[in-house]
Order: sequence, then C-alpha cells, then structure tokens
Amino acid sequence: MKFIKYLLTGIVFGIILSKAEVISWYRIYEMFRFESFHMFGVIGSAVVVGAILLLMIKKVGAKDIDGQLMQLKPKENGFKALLFGGVIFGLGWAMTGACPGPMFIIVGYGTPVFLVVILSATLGAFLYGALRKYLPH
Amino acid sequence: MIEWMSQPWPWYVGGPLIAVVMITLLFFGKRFGISSNLETMCSMVGAGRWVDYFNVNWKDKIWNLVFVLGTLIGGYIAHTFLNNGDAVAISQSTIENLQSFSIQNPGAQYLPAELFSLSALLTIKGWIMLVGGGLLVGFGTRYAGGCTSGHAITGLSNLELPSLIAVVGFFIGGLIMTHLILPYLLTL
Repeated sequence: MKFIKYLLTGIVFGIILSKAEVISWYRIYEMFRFESFHMFGVIGSAVVVGAILLLMIKKVGAKDIDGQLMQLKPKENGFKALLFGGVIFGLGWAMTGACPGPMFIIVGYGTPVFLVVILSATLGAFLYGALRKYLPH
Repeated sequence: MIEWMSQPWPWYVGGPLIAVVMITLLFFGKRFGISSNLETMCSMVGAGRWVDYFNVNWKDKIWNLVFVLGTLIGGYIAHTFLNNGDAVAISQSTIENLQSFSIQNPGAQYLPAELFSLSALLTIKGWIMLVGGGLLVGFGTRYAGGCTSGHAITGLSNLELPSLIAVVGFFIGGLIMTHLILPYLLTL
C-alpha cells in the first residue's frame, strides 16, 4: 500500500509528458534544430517553477510526509563524468527522441517496440557499471 | 473537462506540472530521477554477480520502479482516453526537412513509423536508432549520474552546478547527433 502514492504520481507524470508532447520524437528533433520554442518552454518553465517552489520550501522550512525537512541532496559527480556522460546521453536522446522517462511512457502510449530501447538502455547502464573503473571521472 | 484535457497541452501547462511532480516526490522524501531505475533493474536481475557496482540494496529503490510503472499506465491512459488524434504541430521547416529524408507525414503521429515500429526493427536504420540509441542513453545517463529528470529538472531547479554541466553535455551531444550524424543515418 505504501507504494500506491508513487504509482499515482507516476500515472499523473505519464499523462503530463504524453499530453505536453514531450514523448514525441518530433518535438526532440525540432528542439535540437531550434525550430520551435515548445520543448525549451516545457523544460524552462519546469525549472523556473521548480526553483521558485524549492526556494519557498527552504524559506518556510517545509517538512515532508515523514516530518523531515524537505531538501535535495546535491549530486556529486566529477566534471569529466558529467560532461562526457552528458554528451553520450545527448547523442542517444537525439536518436531515440526519448530520455529514460519517456521511453516507458511511449510503451504505454502504444509503441511496444520501445521495449527494445528500454532493454538496450538497461544494457548500456550495465556496460557503464562494468567499465566504470576504466573511465575518466 | 475530458475534452479540454484531450487537446495537446501547451508548454506553460506541461512545464509547471512537471515541477509539481518533482515537488510531490520531494514531499514523499524522494529525489526525482528516472535513469537510476536502469541500474536498479540491473541489480534486480543479479548483475552484482559479475560487477560489484550493482551489489546494492535495490529494495530501497522499488518506489522508483513503481513510479515508472505508473508513467507507463499514464501513457496508456493518455493514449486511450485523452487523445484527439495524435498530431504534433511541428513547424513547417521541420516538416520539410524530414520530408527530404523521405519521412511520410511528419507530425501526423507522435513518432515516425519509418524509424520506430516493429518492422523498422528489421532494417539496419531501425537497429541503429533503437538499439544503438538506447545503449547511448543508458550508458550516458549513468556516466553523468542522471538524465533529464534528475539533472535538467531537479538539479537545475536546485541550482546545482554539476547538473548545469551535465545539461550542457546533453545539448552538445544532441546537437552533434541532430546536425552531423542523423542526416546520414536517416538516409540509410
């Protein structure tokens, strides 16, 4: 039962990304060609609204469902990992038109061939884990 | 209401709602980020036997897999009940560009069937796009420690410099693929 809230939040998120057309390959292609404001608007407004909400949360010291202060632990990665990993992800993002969230939503949206993308992305994550010690971080 | 929701949602509706999802998860004590699920799935099927990196207590991450299962259901609901035709209003210049790569009716559906369908999987182009693209996505997000949700939305909202570096990387990779590589891939 404690998982139902995550399931419901996920359903809402899946509907949002579907209806805002974030899961459309065309929207990603168009974004990288700078021929539409749509995706920049989606990501930009999510970040601006998110930043404002997070500032307000910090200011009032809002607590989460367990009574802990709501705060995000910053990610700590090396510069090389962030940049090289980011570029590699970007190459794949522009090909599939999908980041890890949308690839699942697209399957639900009726394109089961994206199970192949999910499988190969999982294999990609495995390869990273296996090769990690040889990579610059 | 259903009719209104069935229209495509403009960016200024979608973006702020994504921020609300991120805050909702924070209220539940979680950091929004989907690509870590790829690692969790590796751990679940026993990748830790070969690679120590995957020897983690994946049971702590089940919430995130449940979230992703929800997104899949959300996609199904959107397609089945909140859909008025699937057309994506992409710009005329994008349409003309894609037509020059012999993609029929760009924007008529969410994805071009020439690239993303079971029959596309029987072509070299389809393999490169689906299998190759997926590999890059999985490898890259874990190398960078996050994807669009973890770095671009959550990290940037939280004003984290590492996330800005990662997002710059996302765009460098995306621009190289779209402008320098896809024009060749699409004509295969």
